[in-house]
Amino acid sequence: MEKRLIDPSQVKGWGIDADPKNDPTYPMKARNNGEHKGYSWQRPTQQRGDVEVLHSNERPHLTAVFGTSTPPRGLSGLLRRFAFRYSESSYGHWLPLMAADRIGVAEGYVEDLARGHIPNVFAERGWAAEWKYNRGSLLLRIGVGVAVISAAVAYLSSDTD
Amino acid sequence: MNYRGPLRVRIDEKPMPEILHPQDAIVRVTRSCICGSDLHLYNGSVPDTRPGMTFGHEFTGIVEQIGGEVQKLKVGDHVLVPFNIACGKCVFCQQELYGNCHESNSEATAVGAIYGYSHTAGGYDGGQAEYVRVPYADVSPTVIPDGMDPDDAVMLTDVVPTGYQAAEMAGIQPGDTVCVFGAGPVGIMAARCAWLFGAGRVIVIDCVQYRLEFARNYAPAEVYNFKELDDVVLFMKKTTDWMGADVCIDAVGAEAAGNAMQSLLGRKLLMQGGSATALHWAINSVKKGGIISIVGVYGPIDTLVPIGNVLNKGLTIRANQASVKRLLPRLIEHVQSGVLNPKALITHRVPLEYVSDAYRIFSAKLDNCIKPVLLPPSVRS
Ligand SMILES: NC(=O)c1ccc[n+]([C@@H]2O[C@H](COP(=O)([O-])OP(=O)(O)OC[C@H]3O[C@@H](n4cnc5c(N)ncnc54)[C@H](O)[C@@H]3O)[C@@H](O)[C@H]2O)c1
Ligand SMILES: [Zn+2]
Ligand SMILES: [Zn+2]
Repeated sequence: MEKRLIDPSQVKGWGIDADPKNDPTYPMKARNNGEHKGYSWQRPTQQRGDVEVLHSNERPHLTAVFGTSTPPRGLSGLLRRFAFRYSESSYGHWLPLMAADRIGVAEGYVEDLARGHIPNVFAERGWAAEWKYNRGSLLLRIGVGVAVISAAVAYLSSDTD
Repeated sequence: MNYRGPLRVRIDEKPMPEILHPQDAIVRVTRSCICGSDLHLYNGSVPDTRPGMTFGHEFTGIVEQIGGEVQKLKVGDHVLVPFNIACGKCVFCQQELYGNCHESNSEATAVGAIYGYSHTAGGYDGGQAEYVRVPYADVSPTVIPDGMDPDDAVMLTDVVPTGYQAAEMAGIQPGDTVCVFGAGPVGIMAARCAWLFGAGRVIVIDCVQYRLEFARNYAPAEVYNFKELDDVVLFMKKTTDWMGADVCIDAVGAEAAGNAMQSLLGRKLLMQGGSATALHWAINSVKKGGIISIVGVYGPIDTLVPIGNVLNKGLTIRANQASVKRLLPRLIEHVQSGVLNPKALITHRVPLEYVSDAYRIFSAKLDNCIKPVLLPPSVRS
């Protein structure tokens, strides 16, 4: 626990208007002020394992248990490691993570293809359900897409001659 | 279930989860829901959502395996698993803030751990799967009481406690006018629970007509479609004798529609932690000295809200992830006594293999969907 620089009992008027009933967190929280003592609880057994887990620099160590889904790897992993050098209060943390998420999508295509799987993007996006329940809007969107692409193709080909 | 990128999810074979900690259990999933919170992931707006992850934080299942320190749960127990992963020992768990546990999410301090909810919420694979690893198995997972319908049980993992806590945090006094933004499962449940705290009038605002109809009958509530109102805030003032609602509940979160600038910044460009339209309306529709209860989820970066009005009107803002374990005993009673009927919100029962379609149906609000539940093959045979 950090050392107090000022002893409250020496401060004039200390606590004279304190009202323990003035607790806006009730009943969400059963206040016991345990956190005044810092990391004082008996920590659960520490999970072990060799999976790479990035931890927020706003905590001193890994939590007793942690998730092991999809450890950082590839270019997105490099970015994620970089992001965790910044606190949760910094754009330096969140922006690289967002970028890494998008790069991860591209890496996902490469991984799929590498194991001989061509992802069916339409199925993944649930277009079967759109076809069943929202056909009009789906056709309209496809129509608009086709129109935009044909217009672009027409424009580009007219430009080249 | 395997997330591949924004709006892309599919079914894949993945290795069986293993016991990685002596307090772990492995659970064979019997039901898992898709939640409005999953839509933030599905849309790609939660930072550190890694392709390859399995989502799903609302599930029930049978305990298949337990670690050495697990004492209460037994193999074969059918459990409902609250969405928060909580250690039960840290100061926050000791104060019943189970949604704010400090020993389960290494990646962030500003949020507790949630199954299948990006690495920002701990990096755990979730329950939209056949099997799932459940840490701290003795703390939150609860054996489904005899006679309880598993459909009710799965709704107790998130929707019911979240709706209830939304109403609880709103500090409703008898006779209060409560305005709930959002007629998704959470908003509908919040409107239902507002009555339990003595509300005198419950208003629900959304733009999806079939959901409003559902809320009107289920809560019951007065419902208004914001697309038909010129100005939601002005409407709220007029309908409350120019005072504003006593409390407003934001049960929408980052995906809010209704304001082009918020949608552009928050949903398209991802330059803020979501589109804060509902929260904006809530702050401006509540009376002076009123209370705003937020359960709608926003991202971790800055979000534009009229904070000046919060100050000038003397508002109290209360918000949290629901503390499911804290609320479960009371809510189990309410379900058993028939006061709450959560399974009525389930409109779609979809085989897990059709997870891509289920996400689309829920997110695009097709086929009058309120709440979809995914059924793995093992419970269908
Ligand atoms: N705090 C928690 O513990 C917790 C738990 C579960 C869900 N949530 C959050 O609660 C929110 C709702 O969840 P859900 O499952 O009901 O989601 P949902 O997406 O099904 O429902 C959201 C509803 O809000 C409506 N809406 C959009 N913009 C609106 C606006 N400006 N005003 C009013 N309504 C608007 C939508 O049409 C939709 O019906 C989500 O943000 C979710 O992440 C929080
Ligand atoms: Zn949920
Ligand atoms: Zn804890």
